[in-house]
Amino acid sequence: MLLQQIINGLTVGTTYALVAVGFSMVYSVLELANFANGAFYVFAPYMVVLLYASMGWGFIPAFLIAVLATGALGALMDRFILTTIRNHKAQTSSSMVATLGVSTVIINGLIAVFGSATRSLPNAVNIGRIHIGSAIMTGNQLVIIVTSLVIMAVLSVIVYKTKLGSAMRSIAQNPVASRMMGVNVNRIITITFFIGSVSAAIAGTMVAMYYGSVDTTLYTSVSVKTFASAILGGIGSVPGAMLGGVIIGMLETFVAGYWTSAYKDMIAFIIIIAFLIFKPNGLLGHRKLNKV
Amino acid sequence: MKRFLQGWAKNEKWVNLILLAIAVVYPLLFGRAYLINVGTLCLVNVLVSLSLNVLTGYMGITGLGWAGFFGIGAYTAAILSTKLGWGFLATLLAGAVMTALCGILVGLPTLKLSGRYVAIVTMAFCEICRALETNMDWLTRGSRGIPNIPRISLFGYRFPKWMQYYTILILVVLTMFIINRIINSRLGRGILAVKDDDIAASAMGVNPFRYKVMTFAIATAFAGLAGAFYAHYIGFIDPSNFTFDQSTIFISMTIMGGLGNLMGSVLGAISLTVLPEILRPLMDVRQIVYGVLLIIMMLVRPQGILGGFNLKHIRQQMSVRSGGEKHE
Repeated sequence: MLLQQIINGLTVGTTYALVAVGFSMVYSVLELANFANGAFYVFAPYMVVLLYASMGWGFIPAFLIAVLATGALGALMDRFILTTIRNHKAQTSSSMVATLGVSTVIINGLIAVFGSATRSLPNAVNIGRIHIGSAIMTGNQLVIIVTSLVIMAVLSVIVYKTKLGSAMRSIAQNPVASRMMGVNVNRIITITFFIGSVSAAIAGTMVAMYYGSVDTTLYTSVSVKTFASAILGGIGSVPGAMLGGVIIGMLETFVAGYWTSAYKDMIAFIIIIAFLIFKPNGLLGHRKLNKV
Repeated sequence: MKRFLQGWAKNEKWVNLILLAIAVVYPLLFGRAYLINVGTLCLVNVLVSLSLNVLTGYMGITGLGWAGFFGIGAYTAAILSTKLGWGFLATLLAGAVMTALCGILVGLPTLKLSGRYVAIVTMAFCEICRALETNMDWLTRGSRGIPNIPRISLFGYRFPKWMQYYTILILVVLTMFIINRIINSRLGRGILAVKDDDIAASAMGVNPFRYKVMTFAIATAFAGLAGAFYAHYIGFIDPSNFTFDQSTIFISMTIMGGLGNLMGSVLGAISLTVLPEILRPLMDVRQIVYGVLLIIMMLVRPQGILGGFNLKHIRQQMSVRSGGEKHE
């Protein structure tokens, strides 16, 4: 029972973690809560439904096209909407409202095209199941956990070991100074949005396959939970966001498994508030000094 | 544009009076029940947006879960009037007080954190409220909601639609007056100082934490007031009225109107309430157009409709200029 809960929690948690990493990267660069991320999370599985289930493409090409299209959507949103708002030198909350607008457009566009009913997504990755003691891990769960971990490892390498990553981190610290050091700030931010949307797209598609269905109401709870995961782990820290996502996924599963599923979301949020009070910089975040 | 603003700044009192007059004659000119209903909902949203502007505009904390506080006011009023038979004025007051208490409860442990974390806290709080509203079946009837909330009445007299409109209009005007007085008081100056730089403010003898808690309590009280009125007006509430989506609509109204500008909140709330009604004939694509318009608004005026305009500042500039001419 315990082992089974851990496996289930890990599955949900790693997908939250994957979305949270992308969200956290954008948040640390711009201090912008990108609420369109939740919409990207459901946009990708719908694309897969369209290409794979309706048009009969192979799964792999459908998946790749869906993920790239979602990434492009994120990059376009930044290039044509958020860059303009940034150039006006407005507060970031205006950009936040714009991302809310984008998510409204995407979600209702999906409803207009696909209808508001739940769409089923056939499971393409069927590789049996593994028995670990008394617990069962399905092939799907294994694929989700492994894929998420691999992608997050790649993202960590990008953020901490490449030139692109150091450009991102320098913008997070000080955009003006970065520009003077020759960083093309707007391009790096657009790339960050691309990466964030791609990770949301991959997570969304995997979760839709895990449950065998996708519907548009998912996006709110995902937005809220990834936001919470990113904060819990410490904004701007890739391993922190992973840890945050896994913790929230685990908590949710454990509360639902051992107590009541009615309060599973609430417990997660109470713990987040408690965490913020006692460890305001998140688990792995850096302490920010207060300066006048 | 500049002349327009200067004219406005010069005659601010008259402009306010004219706007108030328009609001007063609106139900007389447009007597249709539907239009009065839209007008009333506009004013409810104006009230919420004003309260959120106190938090977001004047204190600089983006309130992401405002529907949670709005919901506490609504549920307090609904439960007190259906289960205990309290009158309208009592539940209105109780809704505001209860919400302010919850605000203080949330604020006391968290307002020492930096603003972005408080934003998360309000968001999480909204979700917690919704979970409680859905699951405390013995009190809130869960997702079935609370029906048959008594209509607004005073001394046994049940208000018709148009009088409910005037009730909320009076509440809005009172709220604007009170907030305006607070902003121009010692407390308000303290709040603005804390917003600009809390360390500098504390060096000047302003206790940032105390001021933040007070502001949070005031802002949540008005949100609760709006919620209590809304419950009585609509007559039926369930947890789906107070979701995170609703919160995002509230914050959009406030930001689109212009932060730190009370008239901005009025305009933002009215436009985002009326817009979906105008777009109603578009049926399915209504929400898409709404989203597109929201984006366009942010592209054209990211600081909000009236954001960045400070009438007092414009007046000061004008008087400095005319004063300078006199000396020559």
